[in-house]
Amino acid sequence: MNTDTHAAHADDHHHGDGHAHGTFSTYMLGFVLSVVLTAIPFWLVMSGALPSKQITALLIMAFAVVQIVVHMIYFLHMNTTSENGWSMMALIFTIVMVVIALSGSLWVMNHLNSNMMPIHQMSGMK
Amino acid sequence: MSPDLLKLIFGRLGFESLPLHEPIVVGTFAVVALGGAALLGALTYFRLWGYLWREWFTTVDHKRIGIMYMILGIVMLLRGFADALMMRGQQMLAFGGSEGYLNAHHYDQVFTAHGVIMIFFVAMPLVTGLMNYVVPLQIGARDVSFPFLNNFSFWMTVGGAVLVMASLFIGEFARTGWLAYPPLSNIGYSPDVGVDYYIWALQVAGVGTTLSGINLVCTIVKLRAPGMTMMRMPVFTWTSLCTNVLIVASFPVLTVVLALLSLDRYVGTNFFTNDFGGSPMMYVNLIWIWGHPEVYILVLPAFGIFSEVTSTFSGKRLFGYTSMVYATVVITILSYLVWLHHFFTMGSGASVNSFFGITTMIISIPTGAKMFNWLFTMYRGRIRYELPMMWTIAFMLTFVIGGMTGVLLAVPPADFVLHNSLFLIAHFHNVIIGGVVFGAFAGISYWFPKAFGFKLDPFWGKLSFWFWVTGFYLAFMPLYVLGLMGVTRRLRVFDDPSLQIWFVIAAIGAGLVLLGIICMLVQFAVSFLKREQLKDVTGDPWDARTLEWATSSPPPDYNFAFTPVVHDNDAWWDMKKRGYQRPLNGFKPIHMPSSTGTGIILAGLATAMGFGLIWYIWWLAAASFIAMFAVGIGHTFNYHRDFDIPAEDVIRTEDARTKLLAGAK
Amino acid sequence: MTVAINPTQSGEPIFYLADEHPHPEGWSTALGFWIYLMSDCLIFAILFATFGVLGGNYAAGPAPKDLFDLNLVAVNTSMLLLSSITYGFAMLTMQQNKVGQTQIWLAITGLFGLAFIGIELTEFAHMIHEGATPQRSAFLSAFFTLVGTHGLHVSCGLIWLVTLMVQVWKFGLIEANRRRLMCLSMFWHFLDVVWIGVFTFVYLLGVLR
Repeated sequence: MNTDTHAAHADDHHHGDGHAHGTFSTYMLGFVLSVVLTAIPFWLVMSGALPSKQITALLIMAFAVVQIVVHMIYFLHMNTTSENGWSMMALIFTIVMVVIALSGSLWVMNHLNSNMMPIHQMSGMK
Repeated sequence: MSPDLLKLIFGRLGFESLPLHEPIVVGTFAVVALGGAALLGALTYFRLWGYLWREWFTTVDHKRIGIMYMILGIVMLLRGFADALMMRGQQMLAFGGSEGYLNAHHYDQVFTAHGVIMIFFVAMPLVTGLMNYVVPLQIGARDVSFPFLNNFSFWMTVGGAVLVMASLFIGEFARTGWLAYPPLSNIGYSPDVGVDYYIWALQVAGVGTTLSGINLVCTIVKLRAPGMTMMRMPVFTWTSLCTNVLIVASFPVLTVVLALLSLDRYVGTNFFTNDFGGSPMMYVNLIWIWGHPEVYILVLPAFGIFSEVTSTFSGKRLFGYTSMVYATVVITILSYLVWLHHFFTMGSGASVNSFFGITTMIISIPTGAKMFNWLFTMYRGRIRYELPMMWTIAFMLTFVIGGMTGVLLAVPPADFVLHNSLFLIAHFHNVIIGGVVFGAFAGISYWFPKAFGFKLDPFWGKLSFWFWVTGFYLAFMPLYVLGLMGVTRRLRVFDDPSLQIWFVIAAIGAGLVLLGIICMLVQFAVSFLKREQLKDVTGDPWDARTLEWATSSPPPDYNFAFTPVVHDNDAWWDMKKRGYQRPLNGFKPIHMPSSTGTGIILAGLATAMGFGLIWYIWWLAAASFIAMFAVGIGHTFNYHRDFDIPAEDVIRTEDARTKLLAGAK
Repeated sequence: MTVAINPTQSGEPIFYLADEHPHPEGWSTALGFWIYLMSDCLIFAILFATFGVLGGNYAAGPAPKDLFDLNLVAVNTSMLLLSSITYGFAMLTMQQNKVGQTQIWLAITGLFGLAFIGIELTEFAHMIHEGATPQRSAFLSAFFTLVGTHGLHVSCGLIWLVTLMVQVWKFGLIEANRRRLMCLSMFWHFLDVVWIGVFTFVYLLGVLR
């Protein structure tokens, strides 16, 4: 990949963006990969190919994660050198925040039921 | 006119919306209207509008925007503090069958407005203003990364403040408490405009805050002077970086939560309702994911100010710079892991409560480390008890008390007893006043000479300091006692006469704080009148250590005639020590951004849109929305957003300074 | 920036740049825009969290299985994917300074985006027609808000795209316009990434449930 880092900042054409660019082949590779990574989960769910719903769910989530990484690399041109690593730093920080907010909310909100009276006891209270 | 047509034009706004039945509000309105008319008249009479528009409203200079933020913060402090006085008065009087002087409808608005204003329109502008003014100077930059955005952010903050102020005289404000928990804040229980004012004021101001956060992060990352590595950044810049990272990472959460609440109110969705599967608890959960980082957003810059002040006035390098930086970063991350401690009583199980209790207690470790760093900086230093240093010492004593009651509240079983009691109120005022407000005052008195070229009058400053500090302790220590006795917050009338004495003491404390505020205003006036005596020609009145003191006071538009090169943490101290000679020739034209009125126009349209949405004046909302898009897109067709300050102007400015410096010697 | 900050040969430290080049225009734009996208990412994260918490509360109303047509979602996903690669081509032709081709690829991207919005609106209209309105249950409130916010972003992207096409047409592929096209490219691909989350967690997992 043609990385345009600060060291190469001297050539006045791309200065300022500090961002990597893709080439035709990287874009196509990313596109083909993402088509495959989209098609498989859709097929898994629509055909019901796997007997276990749980395994299907885990699989399609795994595919989503891989596809997000593919998009990050081939379309958003993420790498560790652009902007002296600051974009990567911002991304990692954001991922940490997203994970905390998402998993935290789910954990906390599901826990609200933990002090609730079980349903079978409630029916006995009438 | 037919009622239908009236409704189309004015929505639900009518004459009955004006709170004419509230004598207190009418009186306030009369005073504000007279004062406002006098001010506008004076501005017109002295022909200042053109000057204000050209030099201030449309400016993209980070220094002027910073000053405007500070003015906004201080003006709103007066409003928020008036609310505080009213509450203290009410609670002092409403005993033994007395209803006090505020009815429930009014009192509930007062405590809501007090909280909202103090956090969003006092603390935030003060903190943002200081960061805006100081950070670019400290890193040796000419302006922020996106100067136009900076102007826009400021006016959005003003727009939010305008909406809150409008609610005082047109309609009403929310009666829900400062975080507007549903289901109370939902349309079924709050059908009036109050909550809508709340929502749109915060949304408009929130956009501004988020954008200014992005702007300052970028500024610190991209525009540091050559040689200033991350570990050579002044501590205030470090804490500003962390604060703005927190802003970018938390204000979107607030935006979403308020958007969902408005969908519930306007469209009838069921996010936070009691039926159709909605969950009010989700609102509480989400708003505190923003709310907890918010308090660190406020206090981290204050920590930075105290670091700068302590090292300057102790005449020593800051003790434990590296640990200070790491403590700041750790607090930044941890502040995201503690939000549940605001609702331990919501009904989570033991594992959730203990997790969040423990993370909360862990935060006290980096904070404690900072406290020791300041103490060791002072240790064996030659301390000068100037005003900024006095505020810093008051902070250290006060904040430690507040921090300890915080750790106490972090214990879930203790919190079950103290939740929503006046103990909590005392705790957070203890940390926010002791930390943020004292920090802002330390910052104001420290950087005032930089911004205006003369020091603040120390006599009135010290008077204000002592009134504030004693007033604070008198006002809030009784609330700890009351809280431990089980008195909950937001109460309007009381039965138990034995409690009254504590409320009387608290009210006396609030009165002392009022004197403190008055002394502070007098201090500004006196300092202005005595500006020749208090003048600072050197640009470095405190014998300070960081780059902002390397340029003149007030700094020229371009901040530095030549971009400084940094070799040390305390860059300016290093320059002074190694015999830096101010350059006297070789000046070149300097590239600067141009002023633009687009920011204030866009923010005005956003405010109008908010007003339209609040009162269901749909045509106004739609028209301002479309106009906003049009103006925004129109602005992108302007490709010429900067200009060069000619070399002659730079030479003239720098020569004037050379003469001044020579005269001082 | 590589600047000589070391002492001069005489050993005197340098305290200022006598000969300074200002940062080029747009020096901070890419990073600033990226940080904005990160904050946008948190907006979506909270909407996902809301969907995760409330998404199972059907309130005796329709469930995902009754509502979602995965064929339609697949078509819609392909529209967005295709628009991503065509935007990529627009960027490649931009780097080769081919104004006409860049404009054509941008227009094609816009059409795919328009198709995406059209299909999404059809889906919404269909659901509302069946009584599955946003007011019906917390699940539907969360669904419409999450997917609708994404759609709103795409719509804003389309307005931006048209604006940029006009600007490229008027002023050519000047440096400022290249920078703007690059920002829109990040925005567009970012929306694609969000859509991966939407079709996986909302549609596919919803139907599985």
